[in-house]
Amino acid sequence: MADLTQFTLAEARDALAKKDFSAAELAETYIKAVQAGRDLNAYITETPEVALERARESDDRRAKGAPIGAMDGLPIAMKDLFCTEGVLTTAASHILDGFVPPYESTVSANLRSAGAVMLGKTNLDEFAMGSANITSYYGPVKNPWKAKGGANVGKDLVPGGSSGGSAAAVAAGLAMAATGTDTGGSIRQPASFCGITGLKPTYGRCSRWGVVAFASSLDQAGPMTKTVRDAAIMLGAMAGHDPKDSTSAAMAVPDFEAALTGDIRGLNVGIPKEYSMDGMDPEIQALWDKGQEWLKAAGANIKQISLPHTKYALATYYIVAPAEASANLARYDGVRYGLRVPGESLDDMYMNTRGEGFGEEVQRRILIGTYVLSSGYYDAYYIKAQRVRSLIANDFKTAFKDVDVILTPTAPTAAFPLGEKQEDPVAMYLNDVFTVPTSLAGLPGMSVPAGLSKDGLPLGLQLIGRAFDEETLLRVAGVMESAAAFSFHHGLEV
Amino acid sequence: MSYVIKGETGDWEVVIGLEVHCQVISNAKLFSGAATDFGSEPNTQVSLVDAAMPGMLPVINEQCVRQAIKTGLGLKAKINTKSVFARKNYFYADLPQGYQISQADQPIVGEGTVILDMPDGSSRAVGIERLHLEQDAGKSLHDQDPTRTFIDLNRTGVALMEIVSKPDMRSPEEAGAYLRKLRSIVRYLETCDGNMDQGSMRCDVNVSVRPKGSTELRTRAETKNVNSVRFAMQAIEYEAQRQVEIYDNGGEVVQETRLFDSQKGVTRSMRSKEHAHDYRYFPDPDLLPLVFDDALVAEIKTTLPELPDERKARYVGEFGLSPYDAGVLVQEKDTATYFEAVALGRDAKMAANWVINNLFAVLSDRGVGITESPISAADLGKLLDLIADDTISTKIAKEVFEVMLETGDAPDKIVEDKGLKQITDTGAIEAAVDAAIAAGPTQVAQYKGGNEKILGWFVGQVMKSTGGKANPGQVNKLLKDKLDN
Repeated sequence: MADLTQFTLAEARDALAKKDFSAAELAETYIKAVQAGRDLNAYITETPEVALERARESDDRRAKGAPIGAMDGLPIAMKDLFCTEGVLTTAASHILDGFVPPYESTVSANLRSAGAVMLGKTNLDEFAMGSANITSYYGPVKNPWKAKGGANVGKDLVPGGSSGGSAAAVAAGLAMAATGTDTGGSIRQPASFCGITGLKPTYGRCSRWGVVAFASSLDQAGPMTKTVRDAAIMLGAMAGHDPKDSTSAAMAVPDFEAALTGDIRGLNVGIPKEYSMDGMDPEIQALWDKGQEWLKAAGANIKQISLPHTKYALATYYIVAPAEASANLARYDGVRYGLRVPGESLDDMYMNTRGEGFGEEVQRRILIGTYVLSSGYYDAYYIKAQRVRSLIANDFKTAFKDVDVILTPTAPTAAFPLGEKQEDPVAMYLNDVFTVPTSLAGLPGMSVPAGLSKDGLPLGLQLIGRAFDEETLLRVAGVMESAAAFSFHHGLEV
Repeated sequence: MSYVIKGETGDWEVVIGLEVHCQVISNAKLFSGAATDFGSEPNTQVSLVDAAMPGMLPVINEQCVRQAIKTGLGLKAKINTKSVFARKNYFYADLPQGYQISQADQPIVGEGTVILDMPDGSSRAVGIERLHLEQDAGKSLHDQDPTRTFIDLNRTGVALMEIVSKPDMRSPEEAGAYLRKLRSIVRYLETCDGNMDQGSMRCDVNVSVRPKGSTELRTRAETKNVNSVRFAMQAIEYEAQRQVEIYDNGGEVVQETRLFDSQKGVTRSMRSKEHAHDYRYFPDPDLLPLVFDDALVAEIKTTLPELPDERKARYVGEFGLSPYDAGVLVQEKDTATYFEAVALGRDAKMAANWVINNLFAVLSDRGVGITESPISAADLGKLLDLIADDTISTKIAKEVFEVMLETGDAPDKIVEDKGLKQITDTGAIEAAVDAAIAAGPTQVAQYKGGNEKILGWFVGQVMKSTGGKANPGQVNKLLKDKLDN
């Protein structure tokens, strides 16, 4: 039999329908792969029993001729930021020690009702704060890719973050697909680093209910998959209006897969000049140029556009996101669940618990957030950041009058070695320079693997779409994927 | 009425503003579906949202919004069709989220007015600054265990309306009248039960003082969580005196939060400005701005009951009651309902007199409310009917009233059983009148000499001989007729 871990969601779906193999066989294969791939530290919690049970249920449904979901029997990984009923949920933080939610997040519940089989909970940066998956209490995740040349040969590379475990798992064949969440680039940047497809939907497309919150006005769940088609399939299963999330959009979920017509003739593709930054890696620029050629060859019009407030995006993001996080993380106080480190007084207990429970990066962001909201600084930081955020959103609004989709690089570099940039938080924050503006504007963004660096590491290109127009985004992404002819398992050391 | 504090350096005036927290009458909490019943077992009315479990999100309860709009309309206030929920950040063990969802610079209700009914019958307007919706916190129970504090989250997330007055009150009495009026309004509206003893209405008292005649606003102290009208008045009195003494001694009042000790009737410092929380308000990103259209406001307006001010005006205009009597009757909705049942189709002024002068004394003696009145409105009405149709005199009616209190019997039955029916038979009365005239030749002479007051002597004689049952009007008329001829 073919190596089942090489199957895409679409291929496995069709093979299951043809009864080439059973969901249980598929699950067993993946359970073994997960165990064999533990060195990557992609999973915090493996759930083989859950996987087998759901796979058998899927086989039963098929045997009985019961209705079959869009992802029936397909084994996926769940970023450990999604609360899963009866399964340890950590957000990769010490402070959630032993936390087993009595409830299931809407997105993971949607996937479950679509028949998906959960293999386990994947590693991430603590509370999704990071761009290299090095802030996890459960240790860093290794990128399954290795450099074939250059200074980094032989070094362990980061998978990107925060959805580093999900990206590594998909790239290494430890899951057929995985959920991610993206606040400033946490789906797209690791997708780029690991050579997979990552889609951050429009803010409001997927429910945030039951997802451990980082920055509420930015957090959005999305699929991390091997292919664009898989992203379409999985997004369809994740998305939908949820009355339990007041920011969830009351919009119907289109048939995303049907949008993959391959025809982008006459579409206008915007190239924002502000994304050509000084000192940008020539490799990245070259790949970006290549992307434009591909789309042009497929019949699209390339248009130069301007997003004038781009340079303020990162600073804005690092005010808004920590501000919201400082309040969102106040609930981890040792009183009701998770870690409690006792103290002489209530305040002592708070300090002990939060001092031990939160890692350095999380503490840094709580401090930044607390500072920018504090009396006397609020107007200068938070209010100003909100104004700039509106300007950034307006930039996109204006641009989308002339273009249907925007093409940019996903990240300024390929994956870098573990341990690098660790001492300089700002250098780390620069990883998200291309992804953060989209997040601030609430727009859908998608990273598609487009090529390899000279060292043989994957590089992604980002497509940005209009609000709730993931269909156009997917359509263009599909064309680019075909043109790039990138194989997701290309450079893996097997 | 002027409230002046005599200080060593001169006369001082007190400036009072009140922040009143009213628990919204609603089946569910402000942002969760958990129930809100008072007095349930600890931690039995707690949803995942209330307990601030990871990933839980607030969803606004429309009923609470409607109640806030209704209350705003009752306060004659501006309704803001767009308002914003903000997070007020602070750590406490009974605040699971680590922030309270409240409204900061964009509340749902803006400026309004409350009319105070003062004991001397005068009225006075107090401005409302704003009303906003917010979550209540849970309860910390410090008395359950010697070393530990227990937390009850039943109240966590229950909807409160915080109603903030302008600093328009100048005496403890006005503050008391304001609280009673506010309570009356929310009870009429059925948006809050107004039960201060159960904590469903709580009050923060802001007090400052200034030299009499000055218009400045000096530093205020805020006394938190005062839970009765009387305590609020006591706290103001104490605070005003304390602050005057500080100024008299050359000191400065510090801005601080204080607590009222109801045992000792004093306020004491809870935390000073240096230790004041920096609440770091910012718009709650989990909630969109609260937006509704004017049609909703208009629809809710149609559901407003007649409010105490309007009802008072009606009692004065239609029934001819004095403003004071009208004010007393409308203060509690149940009292007004009772009164109207008595007054319906009868002499309203007489009904008001009976309710205020007779019934209230009994209720107050027995320490019960109007809903537990020993005499029903129907029976009191019947008693008034018996007076109106001359079956009994007012004097006899008071006797009957006493019997009604003792036995609970209907007034007509009592009159029947005790033979108290008034003598209206002209023949019988005439005989008694003749007898009285015959018995008092000296008094007859005095009357004829111009002493009309002596008529009372004759009436007394007739009443004595008829056991008080003769109709006084008839007696008077007959006496005059006979003596004048």
